[in-house]
Amino acid sequence: MLLGPSLFVSAVLFTLGVAGVLLRRNAIVIFMCVELMLNAVNLTFIALAQTLGVAGQIFVFFVMAVAAAEAAVGLAIILAIYRHRATLNLERINLLKG
Amino acid sequence: MPSSILAFVWLVPALPLAGFVLNGALALLRPASKRAVSVIGVGVLAAAFALAVAVVFELARLHPEAPLVFHYWPWLPVGPLRIDYALQLDPLSGVMLLVVTGISALIHLYSVGYMQDDPGYARYFAELNLFVFFMLTLVLGASFPVMFVGWEGVGLCSYLLIGFWFNEKINADAGFKAFIVNRIGDFGFLVAMLLIFRHTGSLDFTDVFARAPTAFTAGDRTITAITLLLFLGCTGKSAQIPLYTWLPDAMQGPTPVSALIHAATMVTAGVYLVARCAVLFALSPVASAVVAGVGALTALFAATIGLKQWDIKKVLAYSTISQLGYMFLGVGSGAYAAGIFHLTTHAFFKALLFLGAGSVIHAMHRAYHATHSHEDAQDMRNMGGLKAHLPWTCGLMWIATLAIAGVPPLSGFFSKDEILGAAFARGAAQPAWYVFWGLGLVAALCTAFYMTRLMLYTFHGPNRTGDAERAQLHEGPWVMTGPLLVLGVLTTLGGVVNLPPLLGGGERLEHWLEPVTEGAARLAPVLSPAPGIEGLLIGVAVAVALAGLVGAWRLLDLERLVPARLAPPERGLGRLLWKKYYIDELYAALIVRPVVWMSREVLWRLVDQRLVDEVGVNGAARVSRALGWVGSQLQTGELGFYVMLFVAGVVVVLGAAVR
Amino acid sequence: MYEPWVLTALLAWPAVGALAVLLAPARWAKHLALGVALIEFAISVPMWWTFVPQAGMQFRLDAPWMPTWGIHYTVGVDGISLFLVLLTTFLVPLSVLGSYSAIATRERGYYALLLLLTSGMIGVFVALDLFLFYVMWEVMLIPMYFIIGVWGGEGRLYAAIKFFIYTMLGSLLMLVAILALVLVVGRRTGIYTFSYEQLMAGLGNLGPLAYWLFAAFFLAFAIKVPVFPFHTWLPDAHTEAPTAGSVILAGVLLKMGTYGFLRFAFPLFPAVALHPAIQAGIVVLSLVGIIYGGLVAMVQPDFKRLIAYSSVAHLGFVMLGIWALTLQSVQGALLVMINHGISTGALFFLVGMIYERRHSRLIEAYGGIARVVPMFAAVLTVVSLSAIGLPGTNGFVGELLVLLGAFQTHPVAAIVAASGVIVAAAYLLWALQRVIYNPLDKKENETLLDLTPRELAVLVPLLACIVWLGVYPKPFLERMEPAAQHFIDTVKR
Repeated sequence: MLLGPSLFVSAVLFTLGVAGVLLRRNAIVIFMCVELMLNAVNLTFIALAQTLGVAGQIFVFFVMAVAAAEAAVGLAIILAIYRHRATLNLERINLLKG
Repeated sequence: MPSSILAFVWLVPALPLAGFVLNGALALLRPASKRAVSVIGVGVLAAAFALAVAVVFELARLHPEAPLVFHYWPWLPVGPLRIDYALQLDPLSGVMLLVVTGISALIHLYSVGYMQDDPGYARYFAELNLFVFFMLTLVLGASFPVMFVGWEGVGLCSYLLIGFWFNEKINADAGFKAFIVNRIGDFGFLVAMLLIFRHTGSLDFTDVFARAPTAFTAGDRTITAITLLLFLGCTGKSAQIPLYTWLPDAMQGPTPVSALIHAATMVTAGVYLVARCAVLFALSPVASAVVAGVGALTALFAATIGLKQWDIKKVLAYSTISQLGYMFLGVGSGAYAAGIFHLTTHAFFKALLFLGAGSVIHAMHRAYHATHSHEDAQDMRNMGGLKAHLPWTCGLMWIATLAIAGVPPLSGFFSKDEILGAAFARGAAQPAWYVFWGLGLVAALCTAFYMTRLMLYTFHGPNRTGDAERAQLHEGPWVMTGPLLVLGVLTTLGGVVNLPPLLGGGERLEHWLEPVTEGAARLAPVLSPAPGIEGLLIGVAVAVALAGLVGAWRLLDLERLVPARLAPPERGLGRLLWKKYYIDELYAALIVRPVVWMSREVLWRLVDQRLVDEVGVNGAARVSRALGWVGSQLQTGELGFYVMLFVAGVVVVLGAAVR
Repeated sequence: MYEPWVLTALLAWPAVGALAVLLAPARWAKHLALGVALIEFAISVPMWWTFVPQAGMQFRLDAPWMPTWGIHYTVGVDGISLFLVLLTTFLVPLSVLGSYSAIATRERGYYALLLLLTSGMIGVFVALDLFLFYVMWEVMLIPMYFIIGVWGGEGRLYAAIKFFIYTMLGSLLMLVAILALVLVVGRRTGIYTFSYEQLMAGLGNLGPLAYWLFAAFFLAFAIKVPVFPFHTWLPDAHTEAPTAGSVILAGVLLKMGTYGFLRFAFPLFPAVALHPAIQAGIVVLSLVGIIYGGLVAMVQPDFKRLIAYSSVAHLGFVMLGIWALTLQSVQGALLVMINHGISTGALFFLVGMIYERRHSRLIEAYGGIARVVPMFAAVLTVVSLSAIGLPGTNGFVGELLVLLGAFQTHPVAAIVAASGVIVAAAYLLWALQRVIYNPLDKKENETLLDLTPRELAVLVPLLACIVWLGVYPKPFLERMEPAAQHFIDTVKR
């Protein structure tokens, strides 16, 4: 039921996420784009669970749990970086440059 | 064991060792307790000498054919190799035992007076006791390795005692030089041991000498190599050409040390080694000729240098080198008994000369000390006319001078004459020995000359010490003159032990040593000149000695000599002799400096630091760092770039998977 | 009870002790470590009497560890490793005692690492399973790295990393070779095992592969010995390490290289090791070590560096003795290994003691100090004489045996090696002269303090061994003779 539109929406969301990660500079925005990609994947799981069984729905819970953990750690890191450098522009956070 | 006293032969070296341990402990813990040190230091030597006399008497009573070997404990038992800590008593080691303990006891006693005011008194006696222990090990050792223990041990003590006043660089340098030069000789000894073990399968004296005639063919390359390598050891220890240069420098040590180690005992170890290995040397005519030739050449060479030295001890040092050359001429000519005979008489008269010189230096030093003068207490130009102040020393030293010059009937005459006779007799078969004999004769002329010069400059003519000092000059205490007197008696009468038949003697020493030398005598018989010629030779030798004495008396002008600080520099031939033919400078320029330079600049700085470490090790590190740099260029630190790469990667992987 | 468990106890006890040192208060650390090390020594001592020379491998314990991969915990000693184990347990308490005043920071970490290092060293010498051997080889590497890197001198980081990477390079190649060996032998016999004895039995003819495997083992051990030209980590590591680190490094760690040759590289690949060209090459390298090491030592301005280069020369004698392959030379090599541990250990202690007083390792900073510190001068003299192989000390016994043995098979090499005794005398006595003799011309040296009772307690056992081994080495020789003979028979079969 509504498989085609669901997959289309998820594809659009995922592409938006990828584009955001590639094009934006702000760490928070990039982080939100990552979340967007995760949720796009979640949507695909749910949509396909109708035909392929409940395993997809279970995976969604895993992804949500991981996303929550990631959000906690990731936001903490971003906060720490902001305190340290007073900026969230990723072009200026390049300590790892070889 | 047949008798009880012989079983105690181990005590002879053990007593000085105990003395070393006790005195060494005192030196570290209570350096000021001089009385205890003297009692221990001299006491152990007196006891060792008494025991040695008893042992040798017992040996004479038994007169065994084969050497008595006492095994104490196995030292190096490895497979077929068996080396025991074993001592060997035979006529040869018996003679050496008496000489070493006797002279050592006298010199220890003398040292009590000579070193009385020295802050290192306890250390001095500890080291001197240790020396006697090693010397006795050398003499008594029953195998090459045990002898080598003593051989290197005496070198060590020599090193320590030359540098006794170690806070002067010149003294420390002299000790170091002595040790290194000796080690070069020891290298020869070591390699000779390797060869001997390979070819005879043993290192014990009795086995090696018993197997030698069958293990080696006379005159072949192996035995010649062995004996020449052993002789290399001798040239180091006994200061022969080319390794003699350490001995004159060794005079930096206290004078009793010079008397004991660098005149009477240690330096004669090489002669003892050749006599001990008589069988081996008899198997190699070439090596024997080299021994005799080097001995004769050294005898003359050193004697010429002695003609122009001003330091009283340096004259005696070159005289020692020269006399050792005689001994090698003797043993190289196959006259082993004559070599040992000269070793013994030389120990008497050279110890006397050195101790006499010590008395002079002691007196001079005290005089300068009392007047706060900084003149050289050993330079003969600062002495003169000391006869009036040191009459005993002067008289006794004259006896020794006549003995070393070879004036009958003093001991040196008999032993030197016997060596020259043996060399001359060998000349009939091999003319080279006539040349050696000639060298020895000219050396005898020089000897008589420089010894007379020494005596005249020191004791006769006007006094050059200065007026204030002159009042302070006098003989040392009895502990110093007493040993001089004993040595004077020995110097006078020492010849008795081996009077030749021509003069009504029985060649007692020669017969006594027969069990040791007969093996060699079977292979290469000892030659002696025909009686008529022998008389002639004696006449020539005495004439030469007298010529030297009288020549010095007539030629030297005592009135014109000026003290050292006013003396003009030497010129011409005199300078060449005074500078010792520039041999030290030559060695330094040709060997020492190139080796050090090569080690520092080439091996260390270039090979080790530049090539191996910089190019090799750090070079490898740099290469890996360069590779890492190339990889690190991908790390821009920009997240967008990383994600782009990531997405591109995903696309590529997915694309590959789908297709 | 004692015999099967002693080696495991020796292995485990220092590790337990290390943990205890870490947990205890810092001010107890050194005393606790000394106690642990002394007990370790006490555990090992009865082996001296219970060891049966003719019995081959003994004190064995064999337990499955990872049996599916053929990995066992197998330990045992023979006449070769017995003395290395005893040398280790003997030197460790002295090292702890010698560090009492030198180590003032992070004491717990230091002593715990030292004890952990002990476990690793014992493990290397007793392991009879190649996997266990490799693990122990790495276990001993890491504490040493930290000891040099944390408690070392000025250039400690460079030295520590150089030491670590150098050793790692060799040991990783060795791991590859071990795995290859196990696979090749396993493929043929059907039994995949890391057991040393089973591998030896099933070895067969490896063909050209043997050359590659030998090369890998050779590199690992040659770096450790060290053989010229793989030696340049040694002067840096020795110089920068704290005193106890230098002592252990010289006394025990270097022996792992020569032990590796004796136990693994040579018996596993005798055909390669005895290949004339390879044998000649290694003999030449050992001679280069003797002469070159000595000559370079002679011109070192830094006393510790001098001793480090002298180690290159001494270990050259060991290599020569092993490769000459006669009974005398192999036993001589074993003795030189022990002697070097004792004499060079003592030298490092002495330099460390004077360094604590003056904070300089440079020879020219001293001069004439025998007058100020006679006891120190006397001990330094005796130890130097032992290091240059003066007869009557331990050094001579080992070198003479190596030379006597080597002369049977390689006469020219033995003669060249014998000339090393001249160089040895030159470098050590020259240094000795510049340190304790010559004029006392520096003001700082006039107030130096002589050895304390604690320092004497460190040195006296070493001095006793110098005399004991020099005068009566028979107990050592008779215990190692069957093992040395067995080694030769195995290689020549």
